[in-house]
Amino acid sequence: MRLLTHNMLSSNIKGVANGFPLLIEVEKVIEKQVDFNPDFLKNIFPKIEWQALVQASRSMGYSELPEESPESSMLDSDDFLMKFHHVLLELHLEEGALVCPETGRKFPVNKGIPNMLLHEDEV
Amino acid sequence: MKLKQLESVLGDLEQFSNPKVELEQYPTGPHIASRMLYTAENSFGDVSNKVVADFGCGCGTLGAAAALLGADQVIAIDIDSDSLELASENAVDLELDIDFVQCDIRNLEWRGHVDTVVMNPPFGTRKKGVDMDFLSMALKVASQAVYSLHKTSTREHVKKAALRDFNASSAEVLCELRYDVPQLYKFHKKKEVDIAVDLWRFVPKRNQGRGI
Repeated sequence: MRLLTHNMLSSNIKGVANGFPLLIEVEKVIEKQVDFNPDFLKNIFPKIEWQALVQASRSMGYSELPEESPESSMLDSDDFLMKFHHVLLELHLEEGALVCPETGRKFPVNKGIPNMLLHEDEV
Repeated sequence: MKLKQLESVLGDLEQFSNPKVELEQYPTGPHIASRMLYTAENSFGDVSNKVVADFGCGCGTLGAAAALLGADQVIAIDIDSDSLELASENAVDLELDIDFVQCDIRNLEWRGHVDTVVMNPPFGTRKKGVDMDFLSMALKVASQAVYSLHKTSTREHVKKAALRDFNASSAEVLCELRYDVPQLYKFHKKKEVDIAVDLWRFVPKRNQGRGI
């Protein structure tokens, strides 16, 4: 699971008001190279929750993404875009868990696939 | 990629070996899948360079088609682990980058939007109303368009629900297709049955602000 997907997933337990972002517990991270597409990155940037992305990248062991939400002028910097690209698309949580920030409930991640199926009492 | 080529590549995907009747698991054949995504891309520009979600991905046919036609990111969601495993293998075979999520679409919580949702939802023959649940969720998650298949016999109902209840600004039947349902389940009496299905394109009402 990439961080782009993580940036859009929220805890779906009934009654949870603040289910985003899910915290990340890492057991295994893998890196898979993806073609660099600056146009895509510039288009997606405004839709990204920046703090959630930075937090997630740190959990995955990457600390080069700036903490403050970048000015749009940063999007002209290839150096910045490559970091953004790497974090958003090339880091995969392969094994571990996503954790509901409100209840602490863990959603396991196996072979890169998070399991968000709820138990009967959570629906 | 040309339509014929796309259809051929999709035809090589592994299908369900033990489909689960209660989930209405029927593969979206390469004929329908290729036409659906090809239209979405060539007539509307809804695929290439977009983030596309495949709701109820099953073996992953629609998501794979989106990736093959240039979607920048594909997220495929299904409730069933066996399907997801199969879809994952298919993606690896085609060297496609697809993120998979296991979730019941009816209780998906999504922050923000993807550009386009593509789906071949269950028709609601086992769980009544599930086709509408899928449509409702798709229109919440997509910012640009939803492509979906529904039985032609439900056309009026689908249109009304989409426009009146699910926040669609438009609901258009792009074409009517014949869905070949092979004899997958024991209760199927005929060797093969043709069901008339509508290929729909829905457009969600534009969200105000950042669309969160």
